Amino acid sequence: MQTQTVKIVVTGPFNAGKTELIRSVSEIDVVSTEKKITSEAEKIKNSTTVAMDFGRITVDDDLVLFLFGTPGQKRFDFMWEILSEGMLGFIVMIDSTRPETFREARSILETFRAYAPTPYIVAANKQDCQDAWEVEDIRVALRLDPSIKLLPCIAKKKSSVKTILLELLYGILEEMDSGKS
Amino acid sequence: MALKGNLREFSFIQLLNLINLAKKTGALYVEGPSEISKVIFREGKIAYAVIGQDTSNLLQILVNASLINPTQEALLQERYKNSSDKEKGIYLINSGYLNQEQIFSGIEVYLTEIIRQLFTWSEGFFRFETGELTPDEKIPARLNLENLIIEGARKLHEMEELREEIPSLEMALKFTDRPGMNIRNVNLSVEEWRVVSYVNPKNTIQQIARATKLNDLEIRKVVYALLQAGLVELIRPGGAPIALSGRRLATKDPAEQKSLVNRLIDRIRSI
Ligand SMILES: Nc1nc2c(ncn2[C@@H]2O[C@H](COP(=O)(O)OP(=O)(O)OP(=O)(O)O)[C@@H](O)[C@H]2O)c(=O)[nH]1
Ligand SMILES: [Mg+2]
Repeated sequence: MQTQTVKIVVTGPFNAGKTELIRSVSEIDVVSTEKKITSEAEKIKNSTTVAMDFGRITVDDDLVLFLFGTPGQKRFDFMWEILSEGMLGFIVMIDSTRPETFREARSILETFRAYAPTPYIVAANKQDCQDAWEVEDIRVALRLDPSIKLLPCIAKKKSSVKTILLELLYGILEEMDSGKS
Repeated sequence: MALKGNLREFSFIQLLNLINLAKKTGALYVEGPSEISKVIFREGKIAYAVIGQDTSNLLQILVNASLINPTQEALLQERYKNSSDKEKGIYLINSGYLNQEQIFSGIEVYLTEIIRQLFTWSEGFFRFETGELTPDEKIPARLNLENLIIEGARKLHEMEELREEIPSLEMALKFTDRPGMNIRNVNLSVEEWRVVSYVNPKNTIQQIARATKLNDLEIRKVVYALLQAGLVELIRPGGAPIALSGRRLATKDPAEQKSLVNRLIDRIRSI
C-alpha cells in the first residue's frame, strides 16, 4: 500500500514562532526557506521564512504527517492558498508579546478559515515571556468565540507543542464524531 | 499580567472593545505625546476619566451639561468650596436641586467628551492596572461603552485597515449571544440599522452590501463598527457545515478516517 501523507499547516504573523514550533517536534531538520533579513524595519531578528517551513513526523510505514509553516510576512501571502490545500487542520500562532500583530493574526485566521472549513486551534505563543498578554485577554482582542480552542504555548518546549498538536487532533476527531463529514 | 502596548499598533477603540467585552476593572493609562490620561473602568463601564491634571469640579460639570445655571453654581461653589465632588453631590440631592440620575447624566456627558478626545490619540504607550478604583472624592459613573465604540469605529476610514479587519466579503454575519447585550440600547445610524436588518448566517456581506446599496468601503465601515461593539461576529456563509473533502484524507470511510487520526494521536503522544 502506498504511504499516505496528511498535512497540518502552521500559520500566523511575522515572528510568531511558527518555525520554532515545527522545529520542536519534527523528526527531520526543518527544511526551511529562511532568508537573512535585510530590511531595517523587520530587523527584530536575523532570518525569516520566505516560502515555507517543512517538518515531518512519521507514524508508520504507511502514514506520515507533514507540518507546513507559512511565511509570516504579508508579501509572501500568495503561498498561503497553495499551502492550505488539502490540509487536515491548521494552527494559528500568536506572538503574545506583540499586541500590534493581533489584528493581522485575526485577518490571517479569517483568510485560512475561508480557504478551507477544517478545524483549527489558536496558540498564544511565547507565554514564557514577561511581556506576554494573558490568554483570556488575547481571546477578547482577537474576538474569538469561547468555542474556539485557544491555548497557551511555548514553541521552544516540546511538551507544549505536543499539547497543541494533540488538541488540534482531538478537535478533528470531535468534528468527525459530530457526523458532519 | 501584561496589558500594554502602543496606540500606534493597538488603537484606543480596540482597547475599549477589549475592556468592554472582558468586563475589566482597573485603570487604563495612556502616555500621549504631551499628556497622560487615565480612565478607570468598573466591570467594563467607565467610572472616571482624566487627561493631565484633574481640575474638574462637579458643579462646573453640571453647568456645562445645563443641569444647573451659572448663578446657582457661583452660590454653591462659594458654600462648598472645601467639599469633595461626592459631598457636593449628596448635598445637591438632599436639598432637592437635582436627583441622582441627573447628576450621573451630567458626569456622563463630561466623560464622553474626554473619551472623544482620546479617540484622536493615535500614538502613546498604554498600560492597564487591574483593580484600580475611582479616587475617593469623585463620583464613580457607570458609562456604557457600546455607543462610544460604535461612534469611534465610524471614524475609521482607512481602507487598508478595514481590509485587514474584514478580509473577505464572502463571509456572513451572525448576532453574538452575549449575555446582557441588547441591540436596542445601542445608538445605530440608519445605515447601520439597514445592515443589521439583513444580518443572517445565510447572507454574505457582499449580498448585504448589494441589498443596502453600499459600496465596498461603506459596508466594511458599517460591519467593522458592529464587530467592534461586539454586536455581530463573522462566520462562514450558511453556517456551512464543516465537510471533510476527499482530498484531506484518502479514505472516505468514517471509521477509517477516525482510525487514521487516532494513529496520529498515538504517535504524537509518544514523541
Ligand atoms: N521566549 C520565546 N521565544 C520564542 C518562542 N517561540 C519562538 N520564539 C522566538 O521568536 C523568534 C521568532 O521565531 P520563528 O520561529 O522564527 O518565527 P516565525 O513565525 O517562523 O517567523 P517568520 O517565518 O519570519 O514569520 C525567534 O527568535 C524564536 O527563538 C517561545 O515560545 N518563547
Ligand atoms: Mg519562520
